Amino acid sequence: MAYISIENLEKHYRVAVRRKGISGALVNLAYRKHQDIPALADVSFEINAGELVGYIGPNGAGKSTTIKILAGILVPSSGTCEVGGLTPWKNRLQHVSRIGVVFGQRTQLWWDLPVIESFELLKSIYRIETEQFAKNMHLYSELLDLDEFIETPVRQLSLGQRMRCDLAAALLHDPEILFLDEPTIGLDAVSKLNIRSFIKSLNKQQDVTVLLTTHDLDDIEELCDRVIVINHGRLLMDGTIADLRARYGNERRIVVDFQGKAEIDEVHQEHLLTLENNRATFQVSTQVPRFISEITRRYEIHDLLVTPPPIENVVAALYESQDGGI
Amino acid sequence: MSLKTVAFKHSVQIYWVVFAVRFKTLLQYRAAAIAGVITQIFWGSIKLMIMAAFYAQATVAPPITFPEVVAYVWLGQVLLGLLPWNHDPELDQLFRTGAVAYELLRPLDLYMLWFARILAFRTAPTLLRLVPGLIFAMLLLPLIGLEEWQLKPPEDVVTLVLFLCSMVATVLLSCVFTILMAGAMFWTIEGRGVASLMNGLVVVFSGMVIPLPLFPSWLQPFLQWQPFRGLCDIPYRIYSGNIATDQAVAEITFQFGWVAILLASTYVLFSFARQKVVVQGG
Repeated sequence: MAYISIENLEKHYRVAVRRKGISGALVNLAYRKHQDIPALADVSFEINAGELVGYIGPNGAGKSTTIKILAGILVPSSGTCEVGGLTPWKNRLQHVSRIGVVFGQRTQLWWDLPVIESFELLKSIYRIETEQFAKNMHLYSELLDLDEFIETPVRQLSLGQRMRCDLAAALLHDPEILFLDEPTIGLDAVSKLNIRSFIKSLNKQQDVTVLLTTHDLDDIEELCDRVIVINHGRLLMDGTIADLRARYGNERRIVVDFQGKAEIDEVHQEHLLTLENNRATFQVSTQVPRFISEITRRYEIHDLLVTPPPIENVVAALYESQDGGI
Repeated sequence: MSLKTVAFKHSVQIYWVVFAVRFKTLLQYRAAAIAGVITQIFWGSIKLMIMAAFYAQATVAPPITFPEVVAYVWLGQVLLGLLPWNHDPELDQLFRTGAVAYELLRPLDLYMLWFARILAFRTAPTLLRLVPGLIFAMLLLPLIGLEEWQLKPPEDVVTLVLFLCSMVATVLLSCVFTILMAGAMFWTIEGRGVASLMNGLVVVFSGMVIPLPLFPSWLQPFLQWQPFRGLCDIPYRIYSGNIATDQAVAEITFQFGWVAILLASTYVLFSFARQKVVVQGG
């Protein structure tokens, strides 16, 4: 059986509708109108133990809502959700001791305390055995390179350092599953790479199941075998990165360097994206080899490069597509 | 053992950890503590001057004697930190940043966890300010020739013990009111509104502004039964002997009664809030 199974999950938020202007504000004081905003509509998926799944979608798609329900913080409006045989919001105490969560935009460390003291507080809260704690501290301070700032108060850490500490904090009690909500947000390139390789080794070596939300699609390409896409609270796609590319990214970009100035024929104009000096970029979605052979015959070519579209474009196409098609 | 009892035993254990951590953090705010002590001594002196003026003009014997009022005022000042007139800014921060989500991720009963936090928030700064305040009111005042305004020790050991019992109830009561303010934030997000409402009620009805026996007699039946009395009026009057030893036990029972009622109702409020909590933003 799947480790996580979500079925027909729905969540509505009740939001007060505000009227405009001063007179509207006065009316608001006396009488409030509420509106139900759907955040999740009929979402179902399953995740097996040991998977590393990317969960993506544009801002406001319902990613964080899903994570919060899975973490037992939010109660859904309807639908079922089981993590390792437990319903998160019903068996909260038992559930939360088996999960680790990192909300990239928030810290779970105590602001005024040195990092190590936050960790020791978590040791008491999760009742981590001293031996297990020492083992994990050793492991994670090595993997995440925490030693140089472990005595520093959290408020003095850089964002990258803080994120590394937050990751360790979420793992000290050996959770079976780790929910990462935008763990690379705001990080520089080096920190991102470090965090990525850490997540990867965690999943492969420690067998921790990981559900990762992010807006950085390089994270997804680097890490995830499987990706779940949602938008407007609905599931758009559930499959591999290759599936994603095959469905929405079968066009190719062809960058051509001409020898000298070239006049582009009308038949090729429709594929042309840009033309600067001697360099032209074409976009072709079908019969790429034929297009290339045509071009090489027609023009004097110095160099030619074929690339798949950037993953950003693939995903943007997916977000914009209405039907999605599961 | 059910999970609830495990969580209960457990957060009692971690209370000491939370307390130690919070206390250590609060020790950093030495300037705030010094400023607090000075303000409280200043206020205490002003209040005593006003009281002395009133008592000098009194035509009938007031229901509480001047030495008893002196004790009432000084205890109020040195124990000011226990008055639930404000809420824990750390919890406020949690709500505003949404980090409250992490609090719900802990394998602990949220109510117990926050009770531990709040107990530390109420007692640690108070303990820090208590000693210099007491030194001034008990030892320094007679040295500068103001024996009349000095905080005198309680009459006998029994009174002291009763006072301490009453103070236990006071601390619990104070925490319950503070946690009520925190719980209200589940609905309001911002803590200041509820806190200022609470502030008004607490400061007046606890006896902090004017000792309750000095209120008009037609108000006394109401004042007798409201819970805020347990914050100042009861323990301070037990200390000074205004409440006699034989009545003190009944008064302390009254305090614990309110503690029980408010604990139960705020606990229910919390489990209700848990169901509807919405942590906003990504």
